[in-house]
Amino acid sequence: MTFDNIIAKPGQWLQGEGPHGKIVVSSRIRLARNLRERPFPGWAKKSERLQILGEIRDHVSAIPAMQAGYAAALADLTSLQKQILVERHLVSREHAAKNAGSGAVVISHDQQLSIMINEEDHLRMQSLLPGLQLREAFRINNEADLFLEDRLPYAFHPELGYLTACPTNVGTGLRASAMVHLPGLVLAEQINQIVNSVGKIGLAVRGLYGEGTEALGNLFQVSNQTTLGETEEEIIDRLGKVIEQVIEHEQNARQTLLERRANMLLDQIGRAYGILGNARSIASKETLNLLSILKLGADLGLFPEPTQLAVDELFITTQPAHLQLGAKEEKLSPEERDTLRADLVRAKVKNIPEPNIAKVGPATNGRKKNQ
Amino acid sequence: MLCEVCQKNDATVFLTQIVEGKMQKANLCEGCSKEKGVSDPTGFALADMLLGLGASQQIERGQPSQHCPVCGFTQADFKKTGRLGCSACYDTFADGLANLLKGMHKGLIHTGKMPARLSRQFAMADRVKTLETELEQAVKQEKYEDAARLRDEIRQLEHELQA
Repeated sequence: MTFDNIIAKPGQWLQGEGPHGKIVVSSRIRLARNLRERPFPGWAKKSERLQILGEIRDHVSAIPAMQAGYAAALADLTSLQKQILVERHLVSREHAAKNAGSGAVVISHDQQLSIMINEEDHLRMQSLLPGLQLREAFRINNEADLFLEDRLPYAFHPELGYLTACPTNVGTGLRASAMVHLPGLVLAEQINQIVNSVGKIGLAVRGLYGEGTEALGNLFQVSNQTTLGETEEEIIDRLGKVIEQVIEHEQNARQTLLERRANMLLDQIGRAYGILGNARSIASKETLNLLSILKLGADLGLFPEPTQLAVDELFITTQPAHLQLGAKEEKLSPEERDTLRADLVRAKVKNIPEPNIAKVGPATNGRKKNQ
Repeated sequence: MLCEVCQKNDATVFLTQIVEGKMQKANLCEGCSKEKGVSDPTGFALADMLLGLGASQQIERGQPSQHCPVCGFTQADFKKTGRLGCSACYDTFADGLANLLKGMHKGLIHTGKMPARLSRQFAMADRVKTLETELEQAVKQEKYEDAARLRDEIRQLEHELQA
């Protein structure tokens, strides 16, 4: 498969709603693996990294799930192509930025599985699914792992488990994470409580850009922080249970907002719809935040069914590299990018009818209730 | 405010993360934040970066001049990068690492899956150990027939282990 083929379609995680898809955007499992007694990529000389790449690459491409997939050495990709893969969550930012000489990536045709070679570890295997499907994501990843463990001499310690370049990943080498969309908790100003309590039980919550509590587009990533001393299933189940509770809190927050502050909610959704449908220039940050509110409106039934998917896709396609890819100009200036982004969003939002306030039912009385 | 990593440039990226109920903050300059992958929402580099800041003292509990016989990695290298050199480093720096891992994880023993091939090997090695104890006992008690049988079984297993 060529680069153009692989990116022609959005990843499968964007093409259909998974379980709890209204709140959980995606589930991801990452496994870190290394070859025994070989220098980790960060410590190896370039010649050693290239040799290791040579030893690993064909085996990775031979994984059954990788048939009809896409494989590339990072050195053969343009910086725009690498950025596209980053925006698709198929390659990490570090991998795209460094390791250009000896890094590689192999991606399955449906973009569910992507394996980075010579990232921080010799192998970083990632599976990505829509909605809350941590166990299924692990199953897919584990199959690839079982295939490779028969063919490659993994670094494994009887006490410490899978050995990784960074001690934070040693043991299972597993990072499970769920991307959750929590506009209700943010609007209800309960998000800090949630972030704090999730943090207390050994999980990390991250926004899109640092700052811990406030996240761009109301998107938060919840993941396990420890990898040693628990089985893979225990880690995944613990995270899954927490996510289910977060979902419940988000649903409650949305319900409460509908009952008590419906007018504020409808105002926000209407404004988001108005701006996205009419803006002529819009920055990435504002776009993400307004798309989040539009998505909330779709979740509440104010917009017809396919709106969620259109919005989820815009989350990706309005990112800088995706805009550049669709552009005719050689290199877009930030201003040109904002204009192009607004054009793209307007065209999509034009197909969405005005918010159907009647759907919210008693919410139209919200203002009276509030007074 | 200066960047905590390079101590040279002004910090412009301020990070807050809650891990195990504890608030951790880090102030970085743009260059270091990029290098550490902090601006990457898909990565998990922040905890790793914090590890790099606090961890360097922990690992020094071993002998300072020690270097890994397989890859030549030293403690000073760990201090710089927060990463190890190769899988053998886990044995080389075992003393210092034990302390570091204790504060980092739920336990110190891996309880998850392992490569099937190794799991067979470990089971065989365990069996050899058990048989060797039994052999010792048998010799002590002058049960030479048992001892001969045990010795043969051990040889057989060791042969399989090497294959």
